[in-house]
Amino acid sequence: MKLTGKQTRAWLLNFSAKIQEKKQDLNDLDQAIGDGDHGSNMARGVHAVEEAIKNENHTPASEILKKAAMAMVSKVGGASGPLYGTAFLEMAKVIDTEELPTVLAAGLDGVKKRSKADADEKTMADMWAPVVKALQEKKLTKDVINESVEATKELKATKGRASYLNEGSIGHLDPGSVSSSYLFFALLEEVDVNE
Amino acid sequence: MSKPFGVLLASHVEELAFGVYKLLKESATNTPLTYAGGTDEGNIGSSFDKIMQAVEENEADHIYAFYDLGSAKMTLEMVSEMCDKSIEIVDCAFIEGAFTASVLINGGNEKEAIDKQLTPLKIK
Ligand SMILES: Nc1ncnc2c1ncn2[C@@H]1O[C@H](COP(=O)(O)OP(=O)(O)OP(=O)(O)O)[C@@H](O)[C@H]1O
Ligand SMILES: [Mg+2]
Repeated sequence: MKLTGKQTRAWLLNFSAKIQEKKQDLNDLDQAIGDGDHGSNMARGVHAVEEAIKNENHTPASEILKKAAMAMVSKVGGASGPLYGTAFLEMAKVIDTEELPTVLAAGLDGVKKRSKADADEKTMADMWAPVVKALQEKKLTKDVINESVEATKELKATKGRASYLNEGSIGHLDPGSVSSSYLFFALLEEVDVNE
Repeated sequence: MSKPFGVLLASHVEELAFGVYKLLKESATNTPLTYAGGTDEGNIGSSFDKIMQAVEENEADHIYAFYDLGSAKMTLEMVSEMCDKSIEIVDCAFIEGAFTASVLINGGNEKEAIDKQLTPLKIK
């Protein structure tokens, strides 16, 4: 399936609502292995996303994503800003013409390009990779998303703030992977992804 | 008139960026030097707009950009991809790297000489 502008907008607004609801949880997760600002950063970002797209009812999906990307890049203030921003920008390049799995694969490439993270470095990329794979196989479910997040727990961070803790990062969820799970839960709620 | 080289500082903290700027300015009085610190609200973090402004205000043709931690670098990358100035993000020890580049630029050195002295200060 291909996403319309309307679906893309609904997806991002749903994501925003989830982030705002979980702001404190995300801050708490980040406090354990980072600097405690991931929820506040993301909440600031998605608020700006909402402002940027709320009146865009007839805009192509690519334009919606570009606006969302710039809002994240400008307002988040932490590493997750450029990471989500680059993911959205890469998705914007293909969303008007390609099927959903290809779009999210482009997003994952964006995350990797910005973070330079390989697999198992305990970053958002570790959460996105299995989700994109499941989507390509038309097998994306809530369980897949939950498992992808849980899998970050046992990893040792070798990128980002948590990497300074070395072994100390093991046993904690990666905050950026948790916020990413809300992006995919929102997607499942808004569209029939395995169609 | 534009100058060939300049230095940009990007830090998570406004006072830290300004502090390093002050330190460099004492020795590198003629080097184009700009800085960006903290978020738009003045909190700890990175600001795309502040970094973009520091790029635009830097009168050099080629800017050596130094950063303290993670998102300062990623935000610098975003800025550098979205503007047409020539920006080189340098993975060096923040203060020592920026100081080295600033004084060498101030002394009118060529790029080769500057790069050579920065190499041992690389941290990744
Ligand atoms: N270098 C990195 N590579 C890949 N992912 C990263 C990197 N740094 C942070 N992340 C992701 O971003 C999340 C943290 O986002 P947050 O908004 O808290 O930024 P931050 O780490 O506080 O930013 P800063 O670099 O300013 O300290 C992490 O959980 C991780 O998923
Ligand atoms: Mg953080």
